[in-house]
Amino acid sequence: MGRFIARRLVGMLVVLFAVSVLVFLIFNVVPNSPPAQRLAGKNATPVLVKSIEEEWGFDDSLPQQYLSMMEKVFTGELTSYEPRIPVDETIVEGIPATLSLSIGAGVIWLFFGLLLGYVSAIRAGGWLDKLLTGVSIAGISIPVFLLAPVLIYFLTYKIELFPNGGYVPITEDPWGWFTHLILPWFTVAVLSIGFYSRVLRSNMLDAMNEDYVRTARAKGLSERKVMTRHVLRNSLIPIVTLFGLDFGATVAGTAIITEKLYSLQGVGLYAAEAAEKFELPPIMGVTLYGAFFVVFVNALVDIAYAYLDPRVRLGTSAQ
Amino acid sequence: MSAPLLSVDGLRVGFNTEGGLVQAVDGVSFDLRPGEVLAIVGESGSGKSVTAQTIIGLTRSPNARIEGSVKLDGEELVEASDTALRRLRGERVAMVFQDPMTSFNPVYRIGAQIAEAIQAHRGDVGKAEARARAIALLDSVGIPDAERRARDYPHEFSGGMRQRAMIAMALALEPEVLIADEPTTALDVTIQAQILALLEQLNRERQLATILITHDLGVVAEVADRVLVMYAGRVVEQGTLDEIFYDPQHPYTWGLLGSLTRLDRPRPQRLPQISGAPPSLLELPEGCAFRPRCPHEFSKCPQQPPLEARLTEAPGHCDRCWLDPERKREKRQVAGQIGLEAPAP
Amino acid sequence: MPAAAQPEAPTAVGGAVPDRGPWSQAARRFLRNRTAVAFLGLFVLIVLFVLAAPLWADNVAHTGPNETHTLEKLTIDGEKRDVVNPEGQPIGPVGFGAGGKFFLGADSRLGRDEMVRLMYGGRTSLLVGFGSALITVSLAIVLALLAGYYRGWVDTVIARTLDVLWSLPVLLIGLALGVVLAVGGLKIGPLELSGGSLWIPILIISFVTVPYVARPLRGEVLALSEKEFVEAAVAQGAGPLRLMFGEILPNLGSTIIVFFTLTIANNMLFEAGLSFLGAGVQPPNSSWGTMISIGEGLLTTQPLLAIIPGVMIMLTVLALNIVGDGLRDALDPRSKVRLEAHAGVVEPRGASV
Repeated sequence: MGRFIARRLVGMLVVLFAVSVLVFLIFNVVPNSPPAQRLAGKNATPVLVKSIEEEWGFDDSLPQQYLSMMEKVFTGELTSYEPRIPVDETIVEGIPATLSLSIGAGVIWLFFGLLLGYVSAIRAGGWLDKLLTGVSIAGISIPVFLLAPVLIYFLTYKIELFPNGGYVPITEDPWGWFTHLILPWFTVAVLSIGFYSRVLRSNMLDAMNEDYVRTARAKGLSERKVMTRHVLRNSLIPIVTLFGLDFGATVAGTAIITEKLYSLQGVGLYAAEAAEKFELPPIMGVTLYGAFFVVFVNALVDIAYAYLDPRVRLGTSAQ
Repeated sequence: MSAPLLSVDGLRVGFNTEGGLVQAVDGVSFDLRPGEVLAIVGESGSGKSVTAQTIIGLTRSPNARIEGSVKLDGEELVEASDTALRRLRGERVAMVFQDPMTSFNPVYRIGAQIAEAIQAHRGDVGKAEARARAIALLDSVGIPDAERRARDYPHEFSGGMRQRAMIAMALALEPEVLIADEPTTALDVTIQAQILALLEQLNRERQLATILITHDLGVVAEVADRVLVMYAGRVVEQGTLDEIFYDPQHPYTWGLLGSLTRLDRPRPQRLPQISGAPPSLLELPEGCAFRPRCPHEFSKCPQQPPLEARLTEAPGHCDRCWLDPERKREKRQVAGQIGLEAPAP
Repeated sequence: MPAAAQPEAPTAVGGAVPDRGPWSQAARRFLRNRTAVAFLGLFVLIVLFVLAAPLWADNVAHTGPNETHTLEKLTIDGEKRDVVNPEGQPIGPVGFGAGGKFFLGADSRLGRDEMVRLMYGGRTSLLVGFGSALITVSLAIVLALLAGYYRGWVDTVIARTLDVLWSLPVLLIGLALGVVLAVGGLKIGPLELSGGSLWIPILIISFVTVPYVARPLRGEVLALSEKEFVEAAVAQGAGPLRLMFGEILPNLGSTIIVFFTLTIANNMLFEAGLSFLGAGVQPPNSSWGTMISIGEGLLTTQPLLAIIPGVMIMLTVLALNIVGDGLRDALDPRSKVRLEAHAGVVEPRGASV
């Protein structure tokens, strides 16, 4: 297991490097305009543009530019240009909100998704199963940017059941933190509840047809033990991987839109505001750190999967 | 003669499928005495596995129709409750399946899976004791270094050892009947011999009544006391090992015997086969199901032949063929040995 | 081993020999699925709706999607009302009160006709979704064929790259690309695009989505290339192109159709998200996503401005998802569990001799 972890982490470093090169290409190589001009943003003065040119070294060779860019990012020198605020400070300030949103939503969708999936699988073919399948398909198709405005309009404005957006740190006011996050959590979770319940249902139905389930029954195990110790246990393993990937994708994706819709001061909102103003440095920073975070989570997920499935952990069969 | 341990009478199993009702098992009856080895032989789709699985109720489902009687020591199993069936599975009737790789759960250790079988029936046995028993069982089926191997996962075992472990798990609660469904089909020929030897040893030493399901007559010759030949869901011949091998009465049996390659005869030019293929259970021929493939078909065949003993000197030897015994003895000789010639084009 | 008795090989062959081609069988199966057919109808209606944009704009609303009417007044049932009131609030849905003008109201302080914008915006959304799906699937097919057929280092390079790209956060990468290219435009060799070109979101979405389609396709190609008909073609002297495009590709047909449908849905959602954030479709073009962004600011006064485009996206995506599922069921019924009618393989009489 130790060797597997070591190998995986090395792989991760390679991917991180590839990602940084990719970000560099996106920002500096691909577009068709003077880089300093781009970075300076909408209201750039010639003086600003010149100083950027020097700072970033756009006359140097590409590899040199890459190194300069990496240096700037990782030594905290990356700043947005109007106003002049260091990017990583702002990112750090936004982390609590983003994580609160993502982790909370993740817990909710995992719990309900698995519950509904289990029930659907046990009662496969029945009316409950069909109903839940329909609900799942609907859930997968409701985009965040439809659900949020509807919820906001009806539940925060028409009926003032919930506060209208904004983030309250848990250290300040735990109840406020909670009430401000309920709608965002629900918005993010709805999509995935449907999806996860279908995945678990499908895995369980497949597992129920496996030979080892037949053996378990032939051994005289009770139906409940067959379902939990054999069917469910094996069905959950792929879901671990899935959840890890989805969690990463949520932090670095859905959270952006959701934070904008609910005005939660997280990393996503920071990126969204920068996007609106066409401000590149914050986007560069968020993209790089966001991608790094996802790559890291993926490595963790692979390691967890290897732990859970001995076939992966121990390699192929020994004779 | 001792009373039968397991008594199957008129067992019929049908499945509702998209194409219609499939009668997978159509009136199978046999007895199994303590310590006896009964072989059930047939091609794919003959109903042999379904018969075996129905004995312990594994085929129960909303689209299955099960009729007839299965009695274990007098206790009726076909209508028995799920709880009753569960109690006897593993405890009184144990089953070993064809593919040991997929029959074990890949994420649990072998020892743990055997211990699970023990603890399912003996509530008073603790984890440590169950593990110890599992190790002893693995040892008794010839797995070396059993204590270490019990902590291994299924994929770390070789095919033959996995099957031994399966057998060990089946024996954990000392059942009276062992049903082995094609236990050697997925294994190398050399390993097959070892597993068969193991089954034979278990049968001898423990008087373990065994039902052995196979398509391979070579396997049958090794271990069986009595043989049941099945075709298209019906029994077409049954008798003792000697009766079947030396005086077979049904053309299908002749075909099976004829296609065995034998060391004591000259090599045939071409491997003999039974021409044609098993029928679709949705479109069975009228009367005898073997008609389309039988070169000896005659006017009586469109009428379903009953399963009867037609030899006065062997009342236990039944078959389903209208031909009378002298004609059978004549027709089954093909090129100097028992076999089935190709039907006329 | 007796050659007559076959070992218990699990097969799932149904009983009767099919008497119609697989495509027409699949079509009949699809048509029997009433839910899928209904939603296909819905999708067709939506397409017709957006295609009717010029008709509506010219004959009913008498305005284009970008024409502003901020200072104008509207006559509704004899009463004159501001299109945009002095506080900057646009007028709400008018229905046919003014003969169809501003049917859904005005979109913002710019006073544009929301209904016209909805139709034209839909054209953009569908165009970007469909166009990017075409490119995605085409690229994915090429990559999958190359990787699955050549194997070796070609496959390793392609597969690893796809794995890495697949694991990256798509919205973030899309956002970065979208903003950077909107500001700077694109230049790759002879290809030059300005920042406002519709091609930019199409290309961004296409590339970012490729791994999602290419990975599963590659798996199928790998499986197919092991089958006997490929060996047979090789034995006949078929070269790589003929093998890839003549033998393997046709067998991917049903998978490709299903993937294509689902990719359109996925890409439309992606475009909406990017455009909502400002990194997708750029002015003067507009899509349902940009409309939501504009409507978000007016949520408390005119909620429909944000909600209606969202509903349109949802209906389109839902319809495509259901149709895609229906296509999958119709084209690959093996994915359902089927009870075997008989387990032997059906051969014509005498073929075994």
